[in-house]
Amino acid sequence: MLGLEKKDFRLLLIVVALTMLAPFILNPFPEGSDMAQFNAGYPDLMQRFVIFGILAIGFNILFGLTGYLSFGHAAFLGVGSYAAVWMFKLLSMNVIPAILLSVVIAGVFALIIGYVSLRRSGIYFSILTLAFAQMSYALAYSVLTPLTGGETGLQPKPGDPRILDRALEPGETATPGLFGLFDMRDSLELTVGNWVFTFNAGYYFAAVIMIIAFYMSIRIFRSPFGMMLRAIKSNQTRMSYTGLNARPYTLAAFVISGMYAGLAGGLLVSMDPQAGAERMFWTASGEIVLMTILGGAGTLIGPVLGAGFIKYFENIVSKINKTTLEGWFYWLPDGLEDLVITVIYPFVGKGWHLTLGLLFMLVVIFLPGGLVQGGQKIAAAFTRKKPDDAKSSATEPAE
Amino acid sequence: MDQIILQILNGLDKGSAYALIALGLTLIFGTLGVVNFAHGALFMMGAFVAVTVSKLLALSHKVVDETRTDFLGKPLQVDVPYVYDWFGQGAGDTIIDWAVPISILFAIPIMVAIGFIMERGLIKHFYKRPHADQILVTFGLAIVLQEIIKYFYGANPIPTPAPSAFTGSFDFGVAFGFDPNAIIYPYWRLVYFFFSIIVIGAVFAFLQFTTFGMVVRAGMADRETVGMLGINIDKRFTVMFGIAAAVAGLAGVMYVPINPPNYHMGMDFLVLSFVVVVVGGMGSLPGAVAAGFLLGILESFASMSAVINILPGINQIIIYLVAIIILLTRPRGLMGRKGVMEE
Repeated sequence: MLGLEKKDFRLLLIVVALTMLAPFILNPFPEGSDMAQFNAGYPDLMQRFVIFGILAIGFNILFGLTGYLSFGHAAFLGVGSYAAVWMFKLLSMNVIPAILLSVVIAGVFALIIGYVSLRRSGIYFSILTLAFAQMSYALAYSVLTPLTGGETGLQPKPGDPRILDRALEPGETATPGLFGLFDMRDSLELTVGNWVFTFNAGYYFAAVIMIIAFYMSIRIFRSPFGMMLRAIKSNQTRMSYTGLNARPYTLAAFVISGMYAGLAGGLLVSMDPQAGAERMFWTASGEIVLMTILGGAGTLIGPVLGAGFIKYFENIVSKINKTTLEGWFYWLPDGLEDLVITVIYPFVGKGWHLTLGLLFMLVVIFLPGGLVQGGQKIAAAFTRKKPDDAKSSATEPAE
Repeated sequence: MDQIILQILNGLDKGSAYALIALGLTLIFGTLGVVNFAHGALFMMGAFVAVTVSKLLALSHKVVDETRTDFLGKPLQVDVPYVYDWFGQGAGDTIIDWAVPISILFAIPIMVAIGFIMERGLIKHFYKRPHADQILVTFGLAIVLQEIIKYFYGANPIPTPAPSAFTGSFDFGVAFGFDPNAIIYPYWRLVYFFFSIIVIGAVFAFLQFTTFGMVVRAGMADRETVGMLGINIDKRFTVMFGIAAAVAGLAGVMYVPINPPNYHMGMDFLVLSFVVVVVGGMGSLPGAVAAGFLLGILESFASMSAVINILPGINQIIIYLVAIIILLTRPRGLMGRKGVMEE
């Protein structure tokens, strides 16, 4: 189906089903109950799931297939965001031209950075991309302020030309939309008993794009081109001895993955029309790497899982505060309750990054193949398959 | 001319920090072959050792002073630091004043211990893993360390002053025969520069003139052969990791009066230090030191207003720009050895 093998098509169908039914799946707990804080079915978070999913899928095409670890991928996200905001400012609030421009600009950017960085490999490549990203960040913050808004960031303002729409009146705000059919913020609420399900236009728009992006990544993985990329990862020297030049393939992978990041940047801006330089900071790049590793680099579904996992826990864990903890552990004896709360407290709320760092270490140490490998291990344990079978389908992360 | 000297001096203190961190990074890389992204966190931990020591030294208890009264007419309660009780007021004041240099004594064993624990507990298991895994696990460790510090010390920078003997500035203008006040340079930055020279010299002397250092250098050149000669090279490399951690920690301790430390200072320095290591040449100790000072000075030249007027924003990107140019023209860095990290 659609040029996919049966197994891949099934995977695609699962992803389609999950994304389309996400408002139900992510809202398992009734409104107002104690567990309602674990719900993730509100538009803002769901949008982030799919958008960062796109980002991780794109990163995986580079890192998972070729093994080149880029530590500057956030730069493309940032560039895409700026491009999209400029489209809103100059043309109209329609998201299509904005997203197209952000993909193109990020692609051009990736072409330039990739052309230079890919002359080196291994750790040097990581540091070169990191240097480029930090450079873009520093420039966006200082000299390029007329173009990027500097510290305040860039957003549509009254007085922008907006050739296709009219200029905004003072005090009026505009939300991005699709040909005037709907706004990205339009939502439909469905109340069933105590449950409230929100269907957000922006989410479904981003979800459809993510499914397309996912489909394209499957095609890339299964194509001869994808095979070449894998060859680069497993043994570049041998590949060049057979007369193949690796550079064009890696560059193509780099540009594709940069375009994915640009697409994600454009979508982020479509949901919330503002862009800031902090999106390009190198910790943001680190987070992209983390998502991919956590889910499972080199696997199809892994990066999407990783992105969802991290964004979900970022949201949920950072919302927990002392009162919530007291609510959970009220049944313990007093002294023990205090002890448990003191132990857990540093890891929740503002301490989310601590949990994230620990998680990161644990995954890299014990589960280099990410969640997907973990799942396969568990599945293998139940079906009593030899663990080797599970291993052969997951690609080992490499240099 | 005075401008040029001033910029060179300005570059020296930042360059010293870069050089010290890059030296540690290169030591770890050259001995253990590990890319340590947590090295900036070690620098930051060193800085917080200084903060902690100076806070501990200033710990005080309340004593009722009968001779004075507060605004309510009751006897005034005065904070008396414990060091006053132990050493008397004069010596106590000196100790509190010299808290930052004193912390060096505490920082060395603490940082060596942290280095040992890190190497034995975590890094040891990553020798055989790909470099990407090493980068990622140490990156995670850096996040963890930095969040722990943030939890205990808060997110705000903590100002910790230098000893009052060093608070002033030195007027180089007079010394070099220029106008007075043409080249003003804070004493502490000079101290920092000389301190870093001493530390760097000590590390090199240790490697060059002791048997232990000789074995380590042999191990860096050919680990397997040294192992076959019946020398437990792993043990010595662990010690080197401890020393590298201590060097980073000392750089942090002494940097505290220059810039109040906060929990992400390590990350800020780390990215630049990596660039420094790469420019100097992976695995080359003199290269790391030279590149550290060179880039520090270049950075301060790029921040001159005359330069910024011609090329706006150049001060922000000069280091990265230089790194990119060097990597593309001299892929091994300034003094890189053949066969190190080339695949």
